[in-house]
Amino acid sequence: MTDIPLSTQTSVAGADRKGWSTIALRWLLFVMLGLFALFYLMPLFVMVTTSLKSLEEIRTGSLIALPRSVTLEAWRTAWSGACTGIQCEGLRPYFWNSVLLAVPAVLISTVLGALNGYVIAQWRFKGANIIFALMLFGCFIPFQVVLLPMARMLGILGIAGTIPGLIFVHVIYGLGFTTLFFRNYYVTIPHELVKAAKVDGAGFLRIFFAIFLPLSLPIITVSVIWQFTQIWNDFLFGVSFSSAGTQPVTVALNNIVNSTTGVKEYNVDMAAAIIAGLPTLFVYVLAGKYFIRGLTAGSVKG
Amino acid sequence: MAPILNIKNLDKAYGPVEILKDINVAIEPGDFLVLVGPSGCGKSTLLNCIAGLEPITGGSIEIGGRDMTSVSPKDRDIAMVFQSYALYPTMSVAKNITFGMKVRGVDAATQEKKLKEVAHQLQIEPYLNRRPSQLSGGQRQRVAIGRALVRDPKLFLFDEPLSNLDAKLRVEMRSEIKKLHHRLGATMVYVTHDQIEAMTLATKIVVLKGGVVQQIGSPAEIYNRPANLFVADFMGSPAMNLVPAKTRPNGQGRLIEIRREDGAPIVLHDHHAGDLPDEVILGLRPEDVAEAGFRAGEDVQEAECLIDMVEPAGADTYVVSRLGGAPFTARLHAETVAKPGETMRLAFDLAKVSYFEPQSGARLN
Ligand SMILES: Nc1ncnc2c1ncn2[C@@H]1O[C@H](COP(=O)(O)OP(=O)(O)OP(=O)(O)O)[C@@H](O)[C@H]1O
Ligand SMILES: [Mg+2]
Repeated sequence: MTDIPLSTQTSVAGADRKGWSTIALRWLLFVMLGLFALFYLMPLFVMVTTSLKSLEEIRTGSLIALPRSVTLEAWRTAWSGACTGIQCEGLRPYFWNSVLLAVPAVLISTVLGALNGYVIAQWRFKGANIIFALMLFGCFIPFQVVLLPMARMLGILGIAGTIPGLIFVHVIYGLGFTTLFFRNYYVTIPHELVKAAKVDGAGFLRIFFAIFLPLSLPIITVSVIWQFTQIWNDFLFGVSFSSAGTQPVTVALNNIVNSTTGVKEYNVDMAAAIIAGLPTLFVYVLAGKYFIRGLTAGSVKG
Repeated sequence: MAPILNIKNLDKAYGPVEILKDINVAIEPGDFLVLVGPSGCGKSTLLNCIAGLEPITGGSIEIGGRDMTSVSPKDRDIAMVFQSYALYPTMSVAKNITFGMKVRGVDAATQEKKLKEVAHQLQIEPYLNRRPSQLSGGQRQRVAIGRALVRDPKLFLFDEPLSNLDAKLRVEMRSEIKKLHHRLGATMVYVTHDQIEAMTLATKIVVLKGGVVQQIGSPAEIYNRPANLFVADFMGSPAMNLVPAKTRPNGQGRLIEIRREDGAPIVLHDHHAGDLPDEVILGLRPEDVAEAGFRAGEDVQEAECLIDMVEPAGADTYVVSRLGGAPFTARLHAETVAKPGETMRLAFDLAKVSYFEPQSGARLN
C-alpha cells in the first residue's frame, strides 16, 4: 500500500467530521427557532382553542388543552349576539363601522400623501422644505396631545361623533406619514422625467397620473398597510370621537370584554378579539405579496 | 432671415450664485449650434433656460420671432433630448414616443404614422413594445431622440445625447444625427463635451467658460482663430502649443524669439506680424509644425529642436520637444525618423500662428 489512499481516507474522515458538526449546529439552530416560534404562537393557540370551547369546558378543562368538542357558538355570539353595554348585537355593526371608516380614510390619506409627496419632491417651490419639515413634525405629535383641539375642531365643523368625523381625524393624522413615504420615494426619481413630460406638453396632474402613479405600486402598498393597521387598530381616537352607534370595532371589543354579566365568557372574548384582528392580518397577507413583488421589479431604472 | 432663436443679455442665477452672465446668441433657421465648455460652465442650464424649464433672472429669449421669456415649456414649440434620456419607465417604447402627441391631442392615425416613420428612421422597430429598462444604452438613446423627432418643432435641444455610448456607437449616432439635420433642415442646439462631435456637427459653436461666452463662430473660426487663450487651449486635441515668446520689429514683420532651456533661443521671422507687444504667448497647433522639407510656404520657418519624446499614434507620430519652458508637440507623418534625445529640424508654419496677450489672454492678431 502506498500512502495515497491513506491520505484520501483521512481527508474523507475529516470531511465527515466537519459535516457532522455543521449538521449538529444547524439542528441546534432549528430547535432554537422552533422554540421561539412556539413561544410566540402560544397566545394565539390559546385564543383559538379557547374560542372553540364551550364555557363548561373552559371551566373544567386546562387552559392549553385542545377542545374536546369543537363549537362555533362563541364565534356566533361574538359576531352577532354579545352585549356591548345595553345592546346585544355582537361585533357586527361595529365591524362595519370600522370598514366604513378605515377604507375611505386609508384611500384619502394615501391619495393626498401621494400628491403631497409628488409636489414636495418634484415641483420644488419656495418653502417646500419647511412644509415638509412641518409635516414630519406632525408624525411625532402624540395622539393624546391633539385630543382636545381635535374635539373642538370637529364640533365647529359639525361632524363630531360621526364616521366622517373619524375619517377626517385619521386622514389628518395619517397625512404626515403618507407624505413622508411618498416624498422619500419620489425624491429618488430623476427630475428630468418631469422636465421631459413638461416639454411633451403635459401638465401637473397629467404627469402625476401618467408617469408617477404607475411607478408607485410598492410605496402605495407600504402606505396602505401602514395606514390600515393604524386606523383599524386605533382605539384612542375611536373612543374619544365616536358616539353610540358609530364606534369602531376596537371600542366595541373593549365594551364586550368589560361588560360582563355574571360569568366571564372567555370563549366569546377570544373569538371577538380574533375577529377584530383578522382584517389587518388579511391586508398583510394580501398586500405583502405585492409589496415584495413591487420591490423586486426594479421598475424605476431607465 | 429672422433669427429662429435669439437670446439677448440672458442672466441666470441660483440665489446669490450667478451661473450665466450676459449671454447673447442668435441662430438662423437650419443652424446647428453646438455649446461646448468645461464641466459645470452652465451648458445644461442654458439649454434648460431656452426650454423654459428654469426661469431666467435677466434678459430675454425669442423663439421664431416671438418673445418666449415667460412662456411655459409646452408652448415654446421645442423638443428636447435629455442627457439621461429621461424615458418614462412604465411606458413601452411606442408609448414613450407617442406620449407628446397624445397629450397634444394628435389623432391616433397620425400618431401611428409618425411612430412608424421615426421607428424606421432610428431602427428601433423591433423594440416598440419593450420597456425602457429592457433596452441597451444605444437603444434608449435612439428612443429619446425618437421622442423628439415625432414632434416637428421649431427648435431641437440636445443635451450631451451621445455621452453614455461606446466609441463605435457614438460615431454611428453622430453621423446619424448629422444626416438627420440635413434631411429635416431642422434647427438644433446641441451640448457636447466631445471636440470631434462639436467640429463635425456644428455650423456654429459657442464656447462657454464659467457662464460667460468666450467665442461664437464657425468651427473653422474657433479652431483657426481662437479668440483667447482659453478657447485656444480648450478646442483641439492634442491642444494647441502655447509658449511665451519675445518679439521685436525687424524690417518687414517681426522677429519672434522663443527661449530654450537647453540652448540658444529659437528665432523665427514672421513677415506678416503686425504690431505686437514685446511679450506675447505664441500659439501653434501641432499639425502646423512639420518635419523640415515636408511643409512649404512663404511663412514656413525652420529651426533645430531637441526631441524629448516620440509617440506613434497610428496615422501620425507626435513628437514632443521643449520650448519656452513647456512641452511643444508636433504632428509628423507616421514614418518619421525622429528619435528621443536627438535633434531634428522642424518647420513652423507661421501663416497659422496665433498671438495672445499674456495677461488678459486676448488674441492679438
Ligand atoms: N439647482 C441648482 N442650484 C444651484 N446651482 C446649480 C443648480 N443646478 C446647477 N447648478 C450649478 O450651475 C452650474 C452649471 O451647471 P450645468 O449643469 O449647467 O453645467 P454643465 O455645463 O451642463 O456641466 P456638465 O458638462 O458637467 O454637464 C454648476 O456649477 C452647478 O453647480
Ligand atoms: Mg450638463
